[in-house]
Amino acid sequence: MSLQALTYLFVGISFAVYIGIAIWSRAQSTNDFYIAGKGVSPIANGMATAADWMSAASFISMAGLIAFLGKDGSVYLMGWTGGYVLLALLLAPYLRKFGKYTVPDFIGTRYYSKAARLVAIICLIFISFTYVAGQMRGVGIVFSRFLEVDINTGVIIGMCIVFFYAVLGGMKGITYTQVAQYCVLIFAYLVPAIFISLMITNNPIPQLGFGDKVIGSSTYLLDKLDQVSLDLGFNAYTEYSKSNIDIFFITAALMFGTAGLPHVIVRFFTVPKVSDARKSAGYALVFIALLYTTAPAVATFAKINFINSVQEVEYKQAPNWFKNWEDIGLIAWKDKNNDGIINYSNGNALEGVKPKYIDKEGDYGERATINNPDLSNSNEIYIDNDIMVLANPEIAQLPNWVIALVAAGALAAALSTAAGLLLVISASISHDLMKKILMPKITEKQELFFARCAAAAAIIIAGLFGIYPPGFVAQVVAFAFGLAASTIFPALFLGIFYKRLNKEGAIAGMISGLIATSSYITYFKFISPQLNIAENWLFGISPEGFGFFGMIINFCIALIVSNFYSKPPKEIYQMIDEIRKP
Amino acid sequence: MKLNYWQINLLILLFLLSIWFVVSFGFGIIWSEELDRFKIGGFKLGFWFSQQGSIYFFVLIIFIYVFLMNKLDKKFYKNTIDPQEKHKE
Repeated sequence: MSLQALTYLFVGISFAVYIGIAIWSRAQSTNDFYIAGKGVSPIANGMATAADWMSAASFISMAGLIAFLGKDGSVYLMGWTGGYVLLALLLAPYLRKFGKYTVPDFIGTRYYSKAARLVAIICLIFISFTYVAGQMRGVGIVFSRFLEVDINTGVIIGMCIVFFYAVLGGMKGITYTQVAQYCVLIFAYLVPAIFISLMITNNPIPQLGFGDKVIGSSTYLLDKLDQVSLDLGFNAYTEYSKSNIDIFFITAALMFGTAGLPHVIVRFFTVPKVSDARKSAGYALVFIALLYTTAPAVATFAKINFINSVQEVEYKQAPNWFKNWEDIGLIAWKDKNNDGIINYSNGNALEGVKPKYIDKEGDYGERATINNPDLSNSNEIYIDNDIMVLANPEIAQLPNWVIALVAAGALAAALSTAAGLLLVISASISHDLMKKILMPKITEKQELFFARCAAAAAIIIAGLFGIYPPGFVAQVVAFAFGLAASTIFPALFLGIFYKRLNKEGAIAGMISGLIATSSYITYFKFISPQLNIAENWLFGISPEGFGFFGMIINFCIALIVSNFYSKPPKEIYQMIDEIRKP
Repeated sequence: MKLNYWQINLLILLFLLSIWFVVSFGFGIIWSEELDRFKIGGFKLGFWFSQQGSIYFFVLIIFIYVFLMNKLDKKFYKNTIDPQEKHKE
């Protein structure tokens, strides 16, 4: 069968399964809709959390990023897994014991204040939409490359599927669909990794394979990659190139940000008991670690395969995948020395970095760009990090069914995360905003209706993000984690561990964390991006890592302000005592 | 001195979070370069901690926590496993 037919088959079957599950598990009450009736087993919840968490970014982009960043890419590996330790030890069991529906619910109740609830809602909606925008881009890429449909059609198909099971099934439908999606995505990630590991090092376990010797030689793969990277003018692959303090802060911001992400936290509201919430976080991390420990192996293999298959190859002899991705617009080649041979090395190939294609062919049949070549270096290739995982099986010349499987896996990753986020958005609007602030008199049935409307509206907005992708998606990811770390995490953590914190302290803390983080990131990412270099940063902390600094500010302000105002009421002390019991 | 449930809980957290800090921020970042002098197989040790080892430890930490807390729950709340939260079936 052709690649396209196989892809249609795999994607078609997986979509049919998702819809089937949605019909089987549809939500009857608000309890079902928001937290799946608290009836989800810890292992199923662990899988669903893993699928919820591992987005298009984890599946598609992360290995590519690590391939290009080398050891600097470790910030994502440690940051996005270490956060689960914080979540399991500091938040999940207590929030489960609290036993309500949403994150703003806890903040609003604990700080006995509608203002606190409102601040939490604003942060939550901002974080979630930032995230959804990224998922939709992933869906668009996969559809346009593998199903050869228009990106817009692809996004609309994806939205219809999510609409179906999120609006109908609520949390219950989403949870069981996510279990299926986890299985699809992890299988799709591991199969090509194992194949490639066998091909390069003859070791069937990728986690060990990338520390093994290259077949038919006595050099270790990583040593070889270090050498090749240095030869091409890059940093050694296994050494940090950023400063230690920056690496430290970025890792910390990602960790605390992960622990403060509402769509992850809310998953722990769905299990039956407090002890299940702890166990469930453990299972979630096992399922996540399976992919996260494979990713650096995939990155290493991809980098070496990529260099081997394009470096000093004549463009006319270039492999098919190179030309396919050129057509999609994620690879470009500019022949700087007019020799018809591809040269890959450190530096930007094009002025203005991103290629602007024109409707013409260059001298050797390449897709022409109007960018001037960047003559400060000899690199001739522009490559988007995102294609590494998707192109990897093609680069390694794996059979077609593996490539089709990867497409289905990438869609599972993107859709499962999108659905989880949409649910969080709709719950915060229908439950926190409508029921608790604006219209407290509505019945449960009306609330469920509003929840479904909000989910539908959120899906349409997310779809628009996919069809008209804002150019700033990559920049705002730092925002999502920074804000979660500097607003939501401290409010939850102090709420549980420090009884004396009153509403004045909490609100002042959240607002100062919000302002500090967002102004620092906005300044360096949007207002004057040309100043975004290490010399100008505060203490050498890049915008990506500033969320951790914002968190420290939040803690300080909250504790100081809190001391100037009266203690929280007695009921709050009792409530905290209650959630500290198992 | 007899510690209560919450105090023991805090000690467990302190102990586990220090391991969490040492394996990631310590071995993976701060002392990573020094550890790189040692090798296991083809991995430099500091590099291995930053891309593999820290993650295995994270998983281990959570399961140790689950184990310790379940024991602690049993000791202090033997007969009162959430009367209002019985299974729905």
